[in-house]
Amino acid sequence: MSVPLAKLPCPAYRCLQTLKLNILPLCAARWSSTSVVPRITTHYTIYPRDKDKRWEGVSMERFAEEADVVIVGAGPAGLSAAVRLKQLAAEREKDIRVCLVEKAAQIGAHTLSGACLDPGAFKELFPDWKEKGAPLNTPVTEDRFGILTEKYRIPVPILPGLPMNNHGNYIVRLGHLVTWMGEQAEALGVEVYPGYAAAEVLFHEDGSVKGIATNDVGIQKDGAPKTTFERGLELHAKVTIFAEGCHGHLAKQLYKKFNLRADCDTQTYGIGLKEVGLDYQNPYLSPFREFQRWKHHPSIQPTLEGGKRIAYGARALNEGGFQSIPKLTFPGGLLIGCSPGFMNVPKIKGTHTAMKSGSLAAESIFSQLTNENLQSKTIGLHVTEYEDNLKKSWVWKELYSVRNIRPSCHGILGLYGGMIYTGIFYWILRGMEPWTLKHKGSDSAQLRPAKDCTPIEYPKPDGKISFDLLSSVALSGTNHEHDQPAHLTLKDDSIPVNRNLAVYDGPEQRFCPAGVYEFVPLEQGDGFRLQINAQNCVHCKTCDIKDPSQNINWVVPEGGGGPAYNGM
Amino acid sequence: DPGQGGPASSRSLWSPWRLLPCEPWPLPQEPLTLPSPPAEQIRVKPDKTGVVTDGVKHSMNPFCEIAVEEAVRLKEKKLVKEVIAVSCGPVQCQETIRTALAMGADRGIHVEVPAAEADRVGPLQVARVLAKLAEREKVDLVLLGKQAIDDDCNQTGQMTAGLLDWPQGTFASQVTLEGAKLKVEREIDGGLETLRLKLPAVVTTDLRLNEPRYATLPNIMKAKKKKIEVIKASDLGVDLSSKLTVVSVEDPPQRTAGVKVETTEDLVAKLKEVGRI
Repeated sequence: MSVPLAKLPCPAYRCLQTLKLNILPLCAARWSSTSVVPRITTHYTIYPRDKDKRWEGVSMERFAEEADVVIVGAGPAGLSAAVRLKQLAAEREKDIRVCLVEKAAQIGAHTLSGACLDPGAFKELFPDWKEKGAPLNTPVTEDRFGILTEKYRIPVPILPGLPMNNHGNYIVRLGHLVTWMGEQAEALGVEVYPGYAAAEVLFHEDGSVKGIATNDVGIQKDGAPKTTFERGLELHAKVTIFAEGCHGHLAKQLYKKFNLRADCDTQTYGIGLKEVGLDYQNPYLSPFREFQRWKHHPSIQPTLEGGKRIAYGARALNEGGFQSIPKLTFPGGLLIGCSPGFMNVPKIKGTHTAMKSGSLAAESIFSQLTNENLQSKTIGLHVTEYEDNLKKSWVWKELYSVRNIRPSCHGILGLYGGMIYTGIFYWILRGMEPWTLKHKGSDSAQLRPAKDCTPIEYPKPDGKISFDLLSSVALSGTNHEHDQPAHLTLKDDSIPVNRNLAVYDGPEQRFCPAGVYEFVPLEQGDGFRLQINAQNCVHCKTCDIKDPSQNINWVVPEGGGGPAYNGM
Repeated sequence: DPGQGGPASSRSLWSPWRLLPCEPWPLPQEPLTLPSPPAEQIRVKPDKTGVVTDGVKHSMNPFCEIAVEEAVRLKEKKLVKEVIAVSCGPVQCQETIRTALAMGADRGIHVEVPAAEADRVGPLQVARVLAKLAEREKVDLVLLGKQAIDDDCNQTGQMTAGLLDWPQGTFASQVTLEGAKLKVEREIDGGLETLRLKLPAVVTTDLRLNEPRYATLPNIMKAKKKKIEVIKASDLGVDLSSKLTVVSVEDPPQRTAGVKVETTEDLVAKLKEVGRI
């Protein structure tokens, strides 16, 4: 039967839908073999190459390099760990090989943040930051906090001691700070490799992490090898630090493999266009357009008037806080930074805790590496001291004290309830209440079916303060080698139209801040197909987070691709 | 030594770094059409003397990548003994030279120009440097990209050949070594032209010559051990001064909205209205 769903009479359509939702795997398998679902995904993580005829006879051998520590991700956390390791090595006159891989073409190109930096951890790591010219140039002089209604603004006083108080902090262009940190790391002898993405986690026979492999290059869009095909490099290490930032794709695999999320809440997220929470329920909501609308608010617009838009970017951030922190260590590796997620949500800061987690990881790893009497049960070292030390540090205290603020906004009184709660339990009692509120559940499960929601009419962008999506995406400088498999992979190619579009009106065409997902009419007949414009991707990870079918699996594209942020 | 029989022992040079510019792309009329977006957005400096280069990702000019690839292939065929990668510019050039070394070049020469003066180094200045280096290193073949994609000058190769008084084969889509002569197939407006050049010669590469290999990580690591010699233009006795001054650099004018008309009569009327006919 190859009648497109859209043509079937109503009751049959709904019946089939129910069948599909209940017996999804079986139905999907039958459906894709009989219906006209155009093939979208060609990536080898979904269609393995050892079963693919086009790969017969292609050598899949990889070279390997041995290091002491390999770090995935050159963001604030990864770079802090790298720098700290080399600082300790210099102090104790030990030689350790530290390799750092980063998918961006240059350090800082994929970094995006507000950013208002709490400089404690940074200054601890770089006491001579001023002499070395670190770009901390703008100390905060004034703070304003308010609640926006449709036309007005209710100012809220920021009393000292409240998490939003920014005294002593700096406004920074985090991309530039990260570039500076990268230079410090290289000067200390860290081997920094931008433009090479970690694509695969490697394991020893005993199940501990052996290291990572960088991405293969030279694969065509349809998944076949090019003449320039070459395997990635294997980087082996005694300990691998995973610092991929919010919702890392390798971390996603590690959570499953080592069951690291068994005792914590699911992580919840926001998207940083301007902190639009991703736990929204209306599938018609578009975070990008909400952001454009926000800029026109009477209390915001005057600040922007007369200005010129020179950059654009987006990134998911974690908002789960304390409750959503997973287990942080496993044999052969550990997680630092926004990857497990140490953001202090009401303070809207995660960079300082990310840096501290990197430093602590480095210290714990270093002590194991230099311990001559170390008896490890596994080949990859299990550095449990990192988690213990983190729990004794100010990071844990800080996250614990603010843990209930965001969940308290989910009660009946909403945001106002949250503010009352904060006033009593945080400001006065410093988060000492004995209970810990839980989150509502994963963001992807929050969407309600489109038929139960009202479409949102967004105002047209005016081209001066608000803008359309595509010209914004151009400003991100994002680009990818076009002839490679799309890195936004679907576990099942039929689900976007059959479920996401049918039930939720295709929320991916709205939540992606880069216009990657489009439902285009079929060339013949009625109905739609999903078109994935992988080249536009800005690596924000929102789709992997918010897809109600959890069908989208973001994997890393060829290294060097992605946005080209400059000091974002 | 071109006098001996057998394959000429030659070494080849390759050309300067350039920044990757923004090709202006029109805003799409229908919101859902998505043309391929450009790389890094380039902005004109407020003082109109040039474009902002601070923090912008610099990478090897694509045509130069093809030149390096061709040189490495000649070496792999054992027709060439040594490949030297050369770049003329500020300190970031060394990263680009490393990429060339990772692709297979044997050593690098960085002719360092302070960042403040780099903007004024144009094709003639670079050609002077390359000519002097070609003589110093006694090379038999200079391979460059046909043009840099930031200024699109398409002059450096030709000027280098002129200064050296060497034959040139530009826009090469195929290069074959025949003893002491080089057969170059060129892409020209009328089709394909084949030349036979006596070595030493200058060749500039066009798109269809080859598909460059990736600089993979194991090769990047090996490249760290290869030498890059850093010298100044004055060490070669080259004067980098230019007789050209940039008067101003401006954004292209904003594309104005088009007007749709219903009939031919309307079209003629509109054209008369704006004084075009």
